[in-house]
Amino acid sequence: MSPLVDWVLGPYEFEFMRRALLVLIVVSIVGGVVGAFVVHKGLAFAGDALAHSTLAGVSVAFVAGMNVSAGALAAAVLTALGIGWTRERARVSYDTAIGILFVAMFSIGILVLSTRTSYTPDLFSFVFGDILGVSNSDIVGALILGVGVLLFVVAFYRELLFVAYDPQMARTVGLPARAFEYALVALVAVAVVVALKAIGIVLVNAMLIIPAATASLLVTRLQQIMLLGVAIALTSSIVGLQLSFHASVATSPAIVLTGCVLFVAALGWQRWRGRTVVAPDAPAAA
Amino acid sequence: MVDAVHAHVPAREPLAPEHEHEGFALVVRDLSAGYPGFPPAIQGVNLRVPVGELVGLIGPNGAGKSTLFKSMLGLIRPQRGEVLAFGRPVERAREDIAYMPQIEEVDWEFPATVLDVVLMGRYHRVRPFGRWSKADHAAAMDALERVQLAKMAHRQVGQLSGGQRRRVLMARAIARGARLLLLDEPFAGLDAGVQHDLVRILDELAHEGRAILIATHDLTCVANSCDEAICLNHRVIAAGPSAEVLTAEVLTETFQRHLLTIPDAASAIAAVAAAGEHD
Repeated sequence: MSPLVDWVLGPYEFEFMRRALLVLIVVSIVGGVVGAFVVHKGLAFAGDALAHSTLAGVSVAFVAGMNVSAGALAAAVLTALGIGWTRERARVSYDTAIGILFVAMFSIGILVLSTRTSYTPDLFSFVFGDILGVSNSDIVGALILGVGVLLFVVAFYRELLFVAYDPQMARTVGLPARAFEYALVALVAVAVVVALKAIGIVLVNAMLIIPAATASLLVTRLQQIMLLGVAIALTSSIVGLQLSFHASVATSPAIVLTGCVLFVAALGWQRWRGRTVVAPDAPAAA
Repeated sequence: MVDAVHAHVPAREPLAPEHEHEGFALVVRDLSAGYPGFPPAIQGVNLRVPVGELVGLIGPNGAGKSTLFKSMLGLIRPQRGEVLAFGRPVERAREDIAYMPQIEEVDWEFPATVLDVVLMGRYHRVRPFGRWSKADHAAAMDALERVQLAKMAHRQVGQLSGGQRRRVLMARAIARGARLLLLDEPFAGLDAGVQHDLVRILDELAHEGRAILIATHDLTCVANSCDEAICLNHRVIAAGPSAEVLTAEVLTETFQRHLLTIPDAASAIAAVAAAGEHD
């Protein structure tokens, strides 16, 4: 084998690397698709809040001896619904509502953890991500949730697009716009949980934002942003995984930083193209 | 004052309730509506929009135009009275109603194309895995032809100018194929030429037998283009053929202090109307 092929394929002789690759493929597809909505509906802060809120579910489930991923999912979905509810009911801004729920859930997590005196590596794998420790059941869980998210987006693509663009008109034709607004935040919550074990609470939001933001620099339609976002997420995941293996550093920051490099490259490409081409897409006069 | 205004523009002869909606796309009867916990924004509103006509709904900001529109769209429940479209409560006549919102209500930054947006006009119900049919595409492209935007079907809506954005929303309302069109401030901020083009399209639609209600604060447009005018300020001040309704008396009562800076409303209207014709 040539050294390059060995460099690329060698790591996958290890089962933990094959598992990592598998879970990253699921994370990339879900992140690219859901991320398009996160970036274009201003849900970046909500995504971060949902990620941090999972600490409450993780720690409670851990202390109670229940399934930790199920705890994370419950906490994220509850927080998603809470954000929607607070947005409607409380006379505070959306950002403020998210900010309050975020710190409340995170505080519950820290409080519960503080009752444990011994070091709990299982929990810290959720905070910083532990892609090489992903188990088969983690993969199955991510697959089930990921397929659920994708099915929902494909099934209700027209509704999600309509409500995102013009919720008022959507209501006038009898579309339950509010339900779909809740559903969208819930989708973000599930997407966060899909990536949580692999990437970790602190960095998981990057998997939703960076690929979609990078794709948005290059293409303009929602479907294109989703597809290119998935491709960009896969690229940064695989390159990041590879680099971290050979450099013996943590994987999730390697993936995130690879994504950031791609973002900067896309930004450069976009500006270069904007300067050299006589803007083909410039708005024509009315 | 109030009586004088109403004497000036006599209300239509009331019909027997079962015939009341004949010839009318929209009938609003004794409607009071507003937000819970606040005094009603509109009170005791009666009005009718005839089939085949362009009707202007005018009134100052805060007169209750939006509340009236939301009631007509079934978005808020009346506190009293009812809104009937083609003889049915609006919630059961959604297929017959098309709505064009103010452009500020739409998220233009969302990555949708012109065609995506116009296709939304063809949306009827939640259907998992629903896709647009060939007929939907044909109707959307026809509507785009009508507003002369067919060439831009695959453009992202965020790249359009203000006038083009309004034409996209109008195309979406047309694509619905509804018999009643409710347009909220369709001309705000447009120059006279573009406005003229849009009015021409609306005229054609009216002649095809659609009923069109335009909420606006643009008196010139109503004076020049609408068959009928309805003046609203929390209640209906006057309604009827534009030429008869738009008098100094009615406009002063409708706009109140909003027109105080103009000493003679009638000559002001004459002036803007004349200016409109020059355009």
